[in-house]
Amino acid sequence: MNGLTFDIAHLLAGGLVLVSFMMLYQDRLFALINVFALHAIVLALSVAWQAYIQDAHHLYVTAAIALVFKAIVIPVGLHRIIQRLGIHRDVETAVGIGTTMLAGIGLVTLSMVLMLRVTPEADPLAREDLAFALSIILLGLLVMVTRRNAVSQVVGFMSLENGLVLAATGAKGMPLVVEISVAFSILIAFIVIGVFLFRIRERFDSVDVGALDDYRGEHR
Amino acid sequence: MISGAAVLLWGVAALLGTAVLAIAESRRSDSGTRLIYGLTLGISAAVLMVLASRIADNPVTPSTVVLPLGLPWIGAHFRLDALSTFFLIVVNFGGSMASLYGLGYGRHESAPHRVLPFFPAFLAGMNLVVVADDAFTFLLSWEFMSLASWALVMAHHREQDNARAGYIYLVMASFGTLALLLAFGLLAGSDGTYTFDAMRAADPTPFAAAFVLVLMLLGAGSKAGLVPLHVWLPLAHPAAPSHVSALMSGVMTKVAVYGFIRVIFDLLGEPAWWSGVAVLFLGGLTAVLGILYALMEKDLKRLLAYSTIENIGVIFVSLGLALAFKANAMPSAAALALTAALFHVLNHSFFKSLLFFGAGAVLTATGERDMEKLGGLIHRMPFTSFAFLVGCVAISALPPFNGFVSEWLAFQAILQSPDLPQWGLKVMVPAVGGLLALSAALAAACFVKAFGITFLGRPRSAAVELAHEVDRYSLAAMFILAALCLLAGILPGLVIDGLSSVTLPLIGSRMPVQMAQPWLSIVPIAASRSSYNGLLVFLFIAFSASAAAYVIHRFASHALRRGPAWGCGFLDVVPSSQYTAVSFAQPIRRVFGTFVFRARETVEMPAPGETGPARLNVEMHDVIWETLYLPIGRALDFATDHLNHLQFLTIRRYLTLVFLFLIVLLLVLALWP
Repeated sequence: MNGLTFDIAHLLAGGLVLVSFMMLYQDRLFALINVFALHAIVLALSVAWQAYIQDAHHLYVTAAIALVFKAIVIPVGLHRIIQRLGIHRDVETAVGIGTTMLAGIGLVTLSMVLMLRVTPEADPLAREDLAFALSIILLGLLVMVTRRNAVSQVVGFMSLENGLVLAATGAKGMPLVVEISVAFSILIAFIVIGVFLFRIRERFDSVDVGALDDYRGEHR
Repeated sequence: MISGAAVLLWGVAALLGTAVLAIAESRRSDSGTRLIYGLTLGISAAVLMVLASRIADNPVTPSTVVLPLGLPWIGAHFRLDALSTFFLIVVNFGGSMASLYGLGYGRHESAPHRVLPFFPAFLAGMNLVVVADDAFTFLLSWEFMSLASWALVMAHHREQDNARAGYIYLVMASFGTLALLLAFGLLAGSDGTYTFDAMRAADPTPFAAAFVLVLMLLGAGSKAGLVPLHVWLPLAHPAAPSHVSALMSGVMTKVAVYGFIRVIFDLLGEPAWWSGVAVLFLGGLTAVLGILYALMEKDLKRLLAYSTIENIGVIFVSLGLALAFKANAMPSAAALALTAALFHVLNHSFFKSLLFFGAGAVLTATGERDMEKLGGLIHRMPFTSFAFLVGCVAISALPPFNGFVSEWLAFQAILQSPDLPQWGLKVMVPAVGGLLALSAALAAACFVKAFGITFLGRPRSAAVELAHEVDRYSLAAMFILAALCLLAGILPGLVIDGLSSVTLPLIGSRMPVQMAQPWLSIVPIAASRSSYNGLLVFLFIAFSASAAAYVIHRFASHALRRGPAWGCGFLDVVPSSQYTAVSFAQPIRRVFGTFVFRARETVEMPAPGETGPARLNVEMHDVIWETLYLPIGRALDFATDHLNHLQFLTIRRYLTLVFLFLIVLLLVLALWP
């Protein structure tokens, strides 16, 4: 493999991690969704580059799915939901930004150390890809954990799924069927969660998941 | 020619078919009961015939069957070799006797639909455990056996304490199976070969072998009733109908012993010398504690269940000796000890079934299990009391009955211990021998109490006065067993020679041929050291007793005299002033009870001028239950109380918990050397 292709793949996957970090310190919902759209665009680029260097045409389909659904349809849908719910002014992180960023750095370190240790004989590109993918998954989980608002938890979940797609495309010979089914399951999860959000809103007048806890008679 | 294992599997299939039939038949209570017990009797007897024909060809050639059942890549392996043939004889003989007894006893059953379907299933489960030849089939059959017996324990679930007995049994049975599962996991190694053949060929590390021994002591020991895992046994065995109690005590504990022998002697390879120490220690402890508990008991069936624990202790002492001798390359001594253990397995299945049948007969006739309400039954149930007496004499290890022979063989093996090279064993074995002698003496006291309080004296309650002799089927079962107790006692050489084909593959040696000895003596090592002749003892007892009876009757006056009988201090005519079970055990309670049961006696005197009676209160504690099991229960309660909060966390907290756990796992993976 020549140096340039490797470097570009590395750049794109690293960019994805960087965008994940950007997601961590957004405290406005619109900004968070915009960053998520950027995340999906970088993912689409990365997948397309993988399709090019692996000469695997079906990966272009994956890239297209990522671009259309994750970078356009879902962010637009989320924008509308937020407007209809009227929560675009909410500031809603549960843990301080600094702590979250530090935790994020720790997670990335952990996934690097771990992946480089357990895959010493794998192809270097796949190794890097896996390490980045694990970082993105952990950062997505961190977004879900540190947010109170259901919408931002959905965004965290979607970014986590982006990490999965990155890992899948890094490994050669991943069948298209699997990727499409993953993509559609995410879409359905989005629809279900969207419906669910409105139901929560109707009942509790808020999408802060804390309202659910209050309803159950629990206290944080 | 269809192989032995295949015949046995057909027998199991027939038993399972009977169980299914019983679901339909149990609604027609009387004829259905007869049909089902008749079928199980026929099947067990037929299997017994096939097995008996196989003993004839000595040494027994193993026969195997592989069925495409169970896990797809393993299949179900079955194997019939000398060891399993012996235990199958125990199982099916016990099964056929219990069926014969059930033909009569089952008619008094209040809930036949809760007993009939599970009885054949229980028999089938025990048969399957003994022929299983891979870990999966073994564990599956073991669980099947446990569950079927659990259902039988719960047959009278509305009676007081039975539900608790069933619960404790279920918990202990699952614990035992867990231990067995881990033991087989260790034996299978990392390749995961679950057939016994592969395990036999594998050579486990000493560390793994030690773990397997501990796990087998936990797993098989909890089913057999080794102290301190015995707690379920005196609760569950008496709770079942009496013929099932006989099967559980007389046979199912033996299946557990089979599991132990199969793994430790057959699959595990050469034992380490200290493995004998662990087994000896537990066996000695079990023997003494079991019989002490039995002595303190006044419920007849619970007394018998505790006595089962004692006998399991005796068997495990012999097994421990066999392990110690085998580890030190003393094959003839090891063969002697193993023969003693197997002989005691057979004997205990005879007399414990007999005694439980007797207790069941008493229960049918009077509705009572509490000995304090029985008494004087020898006049009302002469045949039952005679058979029960034979059982008591046999289990007390008195010659010329069978119990004496096996315990005598065990002591002969103990006398070989000075030849052992390790000082630990040299010191340990005589100490355990002392415990064994103590337990034998206490057992005799215990069964004097069981027989004396139940059958002698005068009735202590109205129900006993109206008691009648039980039906002929029950009596037939009891008398067959009593006859076998005597036969095995006066012809022990036959049994010992039969067992030689079992010890030969496990130890690599056998006891000397006994039937060749003159006058049917048995000579375990050499005639100069020791020999025993049951037949001569029997003839001597029979002759001297008849001579004495003749002399007394011939030369005594025939005139009818009425005089004060010797009444053990029972001079008052009120039945409640007789010796009771508790007062009989009082001297022994005073010697051992303060230490073992933390027994305290307090006398409450009425105040001067008060007319109320004085009271003697005895307070006893089950120390093992209170120090081992109650803390576990309390810890579990505490943990569940506190973990209960996890049920009601916020969504984000749940996510955080999952996330943190994932991070911890990843960290472990990253830091693992």
